[in-house]
Amino acid sequence: GFLIPYFIMLIAEGMPLLYLELAVGQRMRQGSIGAWKIISPYLCGVGVASVVVSFFLSMYYNVINAWAFWYLFHSFQDPLPWATCPLNSNRTGYDEECEKTSSTQYFWYRQTLNISPSLEASGSVQWEQALCLTLAWLVVYLCILRGTASTGKLEQLSNPKAWISAATQIFFSLGLGFGSLIAFASYNESSNNCERHAVIVSLINSTTSIFASIVTFSIYGFKATFNYESCLNKVILLLMNTFDLEEGSLTADNLSEMKDYLMATHPQEYAQLSPQLKNCSLEAELDTAVQGTGLAFIVYSEAIKNMEVPQLYSVLYFVMLLMLGIGSMLGNTAAILTPLTDSRAIATRFPKEVISGAVCFINCVIGLIFTMEAGNYWFDIFNDYAATLSLLLIVLVETIAVCYIYGIRRFEKDLYTMIGRKPNWYWKLMWAFASPLLIISLFIFYLTDYILTGTLQYQAWDATQGQLVTKDYPGHALAVIGLLVAASTMCIPLGALVTFIRKRLKRESVSTTA
Amino acid sequence: MLSFASQMHRMLSKYGLVSKQLWEIMQISNILLCNVTDRVSFWFVVTDSSENVTTVPGSEVEAAIRMNRNRINSAFLLSDKTLQFLKITPTLSPPVEPSTPVWLIVFGVVLCLILAGIVFLVVAGIRQRKKKNKESTERENLEEKCEVTITVENGIPCEALDLKAGHINGVFAADNERFTSL
Repeated sequence: GFLIPYFIMLIAEGMPLLYLELAVGQRMRQGSIGAWKIISPYLCGVGVASVVVSFFLSMYYNVINAWAFWYLFHSFQDPLPWATCPLNSNRTGYDEECEKTSSTQYFWYRQTLNISPSLEASGSVQWEQALCLTLAWLVVYLCILRGTASTGKLEQLSNPKAWISAATQIFFSLGLGFGSLIAFASYNESSNNCERHAVIVSLINSTTSIFASIVTFSIYGFKATFNYESCLNKVILLLMNTFDLEEGSLTADNLSEMKDYLMATHPQEYAQLSPQLKNCSLEAELDTAVQGTGLAFIVYSEAIKNMEVPQLYSVLYFVMLLMLGIGSMLGNTAAILTPLTDSRAIATRFPKEVISGAVCFINCVIGLIFTMEAGNYWFDIFNDYAATLSLLLIVLVETIAVCYIYGIRRFEKDLYTMIGRKPNWYWKLMWAFASPLLIISLFIFYLTDYILTGTLQYQAWDATQGQLVTKDYPGHALAVIGLLVAASTMCIPLGALVTFIRKRLKRESVSTTA
Repeated sequence: MLSFASQMHRMLSKYGLVSKQLWEIMQISNILLCNVTDRVSFWFVVTDSSENVTTVPGSEVEAAIRMNRNRINSAFLLSDKTLQFLKITPTLSPPVEPSTPVWLIVFGVVLCLILAGIVFLVVAGIRQRKKKNKESTERENLEEKCEVTITVENGIPCEALDLKAGHINGVFAADNERFTSL
């Protein structure tokens, strides 16, 4: 059911916008701020907004790499630490929280995040996570040290929009990247056939996303079935012990009939026992969905622990995750660094290494917020609100700008000089009408959804129950969300306003001096 | 049931689990089973065979069983999960933990590698910049010493122009002196 809107969105939005992006970048041969200035000086705010979104993204995205490092370092043990529950204090059984949930979820929520019960209870910085975060930033610094020119693909990498849209697509499809980054990093000269590349990239991205979701859902189903069967076995054992029934008399099939029979024949003992008897249901297991980025870690570590040589697969998987994550980070930081290194004021005073180091250091220090006990909740705030709305707006302004302000005929001619043929009616239709309409409708949908539900909510981990519960965001969190969205979206009108004022002043000064 | 009694007797006596005075006089009949149910579960007591038949205190039997759970399990080819003594919860063996957590070791290794890479790149960058500075100061010194014969095109000395693409047409370069300057 989900695949239909997914494909519609892909064809109506993903591919045309990707093509547009690549063409603009290739034609203007400049990073986003410069490119949009060429199209129209009032649009310099769009470039700035993209950079702001990149900045927010780089602040929180590297935490995912820190988690990947953590899991990677813990993969060198036998058995894997998330395969079994730890023992409780007097060694008579397993840890209580771990009993209620599974060992992989316990490892994620308790031993990795050490998550607090709510957003308000901030807790302290977890030194292990802080170390991993520092390492992740050091790796990014190592790659970005010499500046983006060293990679030889200056203009392409410095187009932050490309990386952000890849990242958002990635976020929406799975929460972590798969393939589109690698494809992105390979486009190049002015005569490059970006039309073909856009189509290929979107298709590869979708195929890998769908493949990854198939894998994820099958693991999910396996986990749910396994939990359901263990729940049933626990109930059967409890009943057999209490009523001293013969071994094998209670099975999964006759459980409900036997329960009724026992309730009829031994009402008092059954009544005493009933609080402990859980109603096992497969649907309930499937509904206990883990959300967000945690999904990738919990679900895949669950799958890996059941494999033959789990350490090998675990190392392979997390190394792959790291490579993709660091790749995204490089794009993000490049998007921030390029305007800084381009501006004469800063570039002449400080060498490249110092600028990159300062950016990495500032982001690392801010990122320590996400290593606190409540850090994962702040992470979810950034993940859900920093990029999504702003990106929709940025993309909308871009399509309208290229089609109506720059002129679609001019754009057609540019494409003809670049790749040797004009775009066919499909692309033109998409750019001029379908994509902007879709984006506007998505926007309206988001806003109405927010207004209808009243206040925003988040999922908090309840240690006593061993599952996620829904809570409302407190006031200061809502303020942060508002700031995040406003900071990037306001850049566009502000940029237009500033340019307008500047032009006015210049015109007045020219008219007074003439 | 008989086999259980005999096994228990063997355990309790063979491994010196009960207090000294009792173990010599214990016999197989001292282990009494009662309340046998369909579930293969039962109660048992251990008596001593002195004149006043008293049961061995439960705490002693408990302690004995707790200590030798492994042997009892293996005698019946059962495990902690399949043989349960009520009120005696099995103590689970803790997982083996090395003195330094493994992850810190791997972390340390990776950290050292990354830091070495960063230091190497930074030092290489500084050295490159120093070389460039030296080259440009050399060229400046050369310019100060140079005579009129070194022609200048738009403020760039001709040797520098040669480094970039394109060639200086010798005919036109020499012509500069003939034309009047603006």
